[in-house]
Amino acid sequence: MLAWAPLVPALPLAAYVLHLIFGRRAGERTALFGIVALALSTLLSLAILVQVAHGAAIDRSVPWLRIGGLQVRMGFAVGPLEAVMLAMVSFISCFIEVYSMGYMHGDRRYNRFFSNVTLFVAAMLTAVIANNLLLFFAAWEVMGLCSYLLIGHWFEDPANCRAATKAFMVTRIGDVGLLLGIWWAFSLTHTFSFAALPGALGAMHLPAATLDAIALLIFLGAVGKSAQVPLQIWLPDAMAGPTPISALIHAATMVAAGVFLVARTYGIFLLAPAALHWVGIVGGISAFIPATIACVQTDIKKVLAYSTISQLGYMMLAMGVGAFEAGIFHLLTHAFFKALLFLAAGSVIHAAGTQNMHEMGGLWRKLRTTGATFVVGTLALAAIPPFSGFWSKDAILRAAWASPDRALYWLGTIAAGLTAYYMTRAVVLTFFGRPRDAHVQEHAHESPAVMLVPLVVLSVPAALLGWVVDRPLRQLLTPHAPAAAAAGVYGFLPLLLSLAGVAVGLALYLGPLARREALLRSPLVRPVYGLCKRLWFFDDLGAVVMYAVGLGPSYVIGAFDRYVVDGVVNGIGWLAMAFGRLWRKLSTGNVQAYMLTMVVALAIGLVALQAMGG
Amino acid sequence: MIAAQGIPLVAFLAVAAVLFCIGLFAALRRANAIMVLMGIELMLNAVNINLVAFSRYSAPADAARGQAFALFVLAVAAAEAAVGLALVIIVSRRRNTIEVDKIDTLRG
Amino acid sequence: MLSMMVFAPVLGALLLGFMGGRSPQALRSVATVFMALPLAIVVLLLATYHYGAGGLQFVQRTAWVPAWHIQYFLGVDGLSLVMLLLTAAIGVVATVASYGIGDRVREYFVWLLLLQTGILGVFCAQDLILFIFFFDVVLVPMYFLIAIWGGPRRQYAALKFLIYTFTGSVLMLVAVLALYFLTGRQTFAIPALARLAPHDLGRGLQLLLFAVIFIGFAIKLPMVPLHTWLPDAHVEAPTPVSVILAAVLLKIGGYGMLRIALPLFPQAVHALAWPIGILGVVNIIYAALAAMSQHDFKKLVAYSSVSHMGFVLLGLALATPLGIDGAIFVMFSHGLISAMLFLMVGVFYDRCHTRELSRLGGMYRTLPLAGTLLAFAALANLGLPTLSGFVGEFFTLSGVFATYRVLAFWAAFGLILVAAFNLILMQRVVMGPPRTEWESLAPVSARELITLVPLLGGVVLLGIAPAVLMNVINGPAAAIAASLGGR
Repeated sequence: MLAWAPLVPALPLAAYVLHLIFGRRAGERTALFGIVALALSTLLSLAILVQVAHGAAIDRSVPWLRIGGLQVRMGFAVGPLEAVMLAMVSFISCFIEVYSMGYMHGDRRYNRFFSNVTLFVAAMLTAVIANNLLLFFAAWEVMGLCSYLLIGHWFEDPANCRAATKAFMVTRIGDVGLLLGIWWAFSLTHTFSFAALPGALGAMHLPAATLDAIALLIFLGAVGKSAQVPLQIWLPDAMAGPTPISALIHAATMVAAGVFLVARTYGIFLLAPAALHWVGIVGGISAFIPATIACVQTDIKKVLAYSTISQLGYMMLAMGVGAFEAGIFHLLTHAFFKALLFLAAGSVIHAAGTQNMHEMGGLWRKLRTTGATFVVGTLALAAIPPFSGFWSKDAILRAAWASPDRALYWLGTIAAGLTAYYMTRAVVLTFFGRPRDAHVQEHAHESPAVMLVPLVVLSVPAALLGWVVDRPLRQLLTPHAPAAAAAGVYGFLPLLLSLAGVAVGLALYLGPLARREALLRSPLVRPVYGLCKRLWFFDDLGAVVMYAVGLGPSYVIGAFDRYVVDGVVNGIGWLAMAFGRLWRKLSTGNVQAYMLTMVVALAIGLVALQAMGG
Repeated sequence: MIAAQGIPLVAFLAVAAVLFCIGLFAALRRANAIMVLMGIELMLNAVNINLVAFSRYSAPADAARGQAFALFVLAVAAAEAAVGLALVIIVSRRRNTIEVDKIDTLRG
Repeated sequence: MLSMMVFAPVLGALLLGFMGGRSPQALRSVATVFMALPLAIVVLLLATYHYGAGGLQFVQRTAWVPAWHIQYFLGVDGLSLVMLLLTAAIGVVATVASYGIGDRVREYFVWLLLLQTGILGVFCAQDLILFIFFFDVVLVPMYFLIAIWGGPRRQYAALKFLIYTFTGSVLMLVAVLALYFLTGRQTFAIPALARLAPHDLGRGLQLLLFAVIFIGFAIKLPMVPLHTWLPDAHVEAPTPVSVILAAVLLKIGGYGMLRIALPLFPQAVHALAWPIGILGVVNIIYAALAAMSQHDFKKLVAYSSVSHMGFVLLGLALATPLGIDGAIFVMFSHGLISAMLFLMVGVFYDRCHTRELSRLGGMYRTLPLAGTLLAFAALANLGLPTLSGFVGEFFTLSGVFATYRVLAFWAAFGLILVAAFNLILMQRVVMGPPRTEWESLAPVSARELITLVPLLGGVVLLGIAPAVLMNVINGPAAAIAASLGGR
């Protein structure tokens, strides 16, 4: 069965080709290509997972290219980590496609949407089973491309185009880092293989700085893709895409790929402890700052976007403190509950026709199923036991407490409180309280079954997954790890803060508006509020960098090229012409003058010859 | 064979040089195109005198060479005169003048 | 066989000349047939070339000007073969793309066929004088193709092209003659000189002659700051001529360096590797920045060509099998991609009669197929993996990283800028709101598709299975590297 693993990405890839060929003629039935392929992939990957759970593994490759005397091989590998990822990715994306059938109904580029989504999933699955960095990078870039195309799905709006371009450019910065890391590792070891690289690098007795640099460059790729600070700026803008895409990008595929990359190259990071520490620091900061920003967002999708960055920060934090399996655990639970949250939010947007939470309110009465599933997702994200987020976040923070750098624990713990607060705020603003916009309220209606079924299906793992797979997953990924360290009272602090966050959220947002406004006016809150509203100036910084490094120099060079370089060229041409005009004066047209010149010149020549010849 | 009939080589050369200078002057200074052509003929013939004189005063093996050259020049001069006069006729028809300094279409 | 291939287009041109006043259709088919002939022969050569043996094969060699030891000496190795394949294939594509030319059809195709002969000859010639002969043969038809069928500033552009390239050719001639007299080996044959010249010349002379020849080819490549003829020539040239210019003509620069400059002056290459590498990086970054600031669709694409040639320079500077493999692959791949891009420029220009980026937009909606094809070409151009642009750049830079780490970092920065201008291109042409003025444009025609689809197929094939091409290149790349004493 394991030898069939390449079929898992190959099926959606085949479906993509079918989309391209028959998509137009199939009308809205085109969605079935992708859904059937992904359903088959899901079954296959579940079967693979069962086999891997029983200890099977595979790593195969074939020669692909001979270049410059080196042999480059291509292949796939499936171990515990990959099997878990395959199952998660194919399962979630299958349901996202089902959901999209309802959400995208009537869209003028229905087929384009489905073909891109299917390619996206195929690329993610390829990245998962790739056994070498080269194939991984190829799949990684195709993912970036698909996200670019899907964010710009409604390209008629220039804002969406800008968001798409921004997403591509910012992740490109990370990708170039990853490329440099790959080149560095390859130039030393002449291999791209995930399995061989750590051993080969370790055996070379390289200076610590080199190993740190390689690991950090690889991590830069992950920072771009997983939207970690300071490259997080693309992800909130990426909400311009259709909501199912947000679910796909922010749950199952694109952002997960960054964390997966760190997990897949963990052997290299283990050789570079300083780099690994930086992974944790970036993760901790990324968990904290976006959580504060999420507290002041009014767009329901943006709240979820910032929460995604924050949760990915937790995963990186886990990687950084050596709790590899806790990071993957959180990746898994987060994938389910965040997909659920986005799809539920999509259902709300579908119903309300707006993304602004201040225009919603009181939707609970109209959207019972959506509301219930959204609350399940919220509880999971807010890490309230027994919902899934609690288990994985708990594992991460325990590991952070046990690590030497306790600041990471505190960042994560405070962020946990903030998470509970902003999600409670979102739920209350959206579903409870009095309706604030009569038109929205009137217009609202529950979504069709094709959208609700995926919601209900996904809410089951979102609720229960953490409790069920906590122990088996740890055994599967790190069979020989010691039991988690007891953190004493500090183990309970995140939970307490989460509960407090919920309580504050409820108290503030179920209470009167005046109280909130009074709070905002207080001199303690106002500067913090302003800072968060301004996104901690990261977007301004991004704009400055863009002008300073890209657009500014480009105008300078453009003008330089036009006026200086070409100016010199044309100047030389002009000089030649001017010289020609000068010489022209000598041509009087008088033949006798010419002859005279000739005779004189001849005479001078003869005399000179005579003088020289002696 | 050297210095036959007592006339030195220099005498021939002197005549040729004078003739050449007259021809050159005519070619450079006369306004009439016909005169210019005649000047050129004079110069060619000065050269011919030189050729023949040198061949007469040099080794017998080479005696014929200078004369052959002279004949060659005569033939070319004839052709040149024919072409030149034809050109002059065309120019005179077209521009109603054969004054050389009036014909300056080559001016840059 | 090689002579047949090289001169088949001349036969076609003669036939066109004497055919009498037939219809444009007849002229076009004759031109196409005689363009397709070399392609068939190249495919045959590729199939029958003995890869195990390597080296020059299908050699034809007779004295041409015995007094000066100039030979009529044709021969091909893997490097020549891939360039010939590119030339012949692009020739056919350009001919089909020229069906839209309605003005002075006969003359146009005659020039096009002569141009093709010149380029094919350059890639086969193994005698320096013969090489320069063909090199100059290329100039004349190109000059007329731009100067007669070009845009509003065609005279300026054509003259600029001619002067620049001719300067390059004169520099080359000077260096070649100096080589002939200084070595005293009484031959212009490239293989013999590659064997002998390194021992005959001192280090200083090698450096001097290398620099002169290098500049000659750098003009053709083109290399910043000798590049400004290219944007002008591209902007004014008609679409098919632009295609040939970008896809094939520029490759003569890179090919010349690989065939002549590197093997003949190994010491100089080693001494100047750093400067060449720096020039390569400057090329990438400078041209990418310049491309970002363009308002003209075609100019942007032209600068993108300049930028990509920087990778070729980097590969040459590396002077290892990896670098040379990469450089050749980049040249071939860029041939396909730039041809696609220029064809797409033509597709849009033929419909909108403008190349102003600010006036285009929303083409995904108005011309979905054309928009998608342009997006494909732009993505291939930015080096998306699974497409051919990625492979060459990736491996070139992986080699550069091992030797010149700093340069690799800067080149990687260049990659970000390359992505930037391609995204700007897409954002401005295919995305955005559809414009009312372009509401009723004719969809992409079958003829345009015939020119685009083979290129697209090649780009995908080489991206997924680069070994197809790399197996042909590996041999000569290793040989060139060996002549340089590279690893």
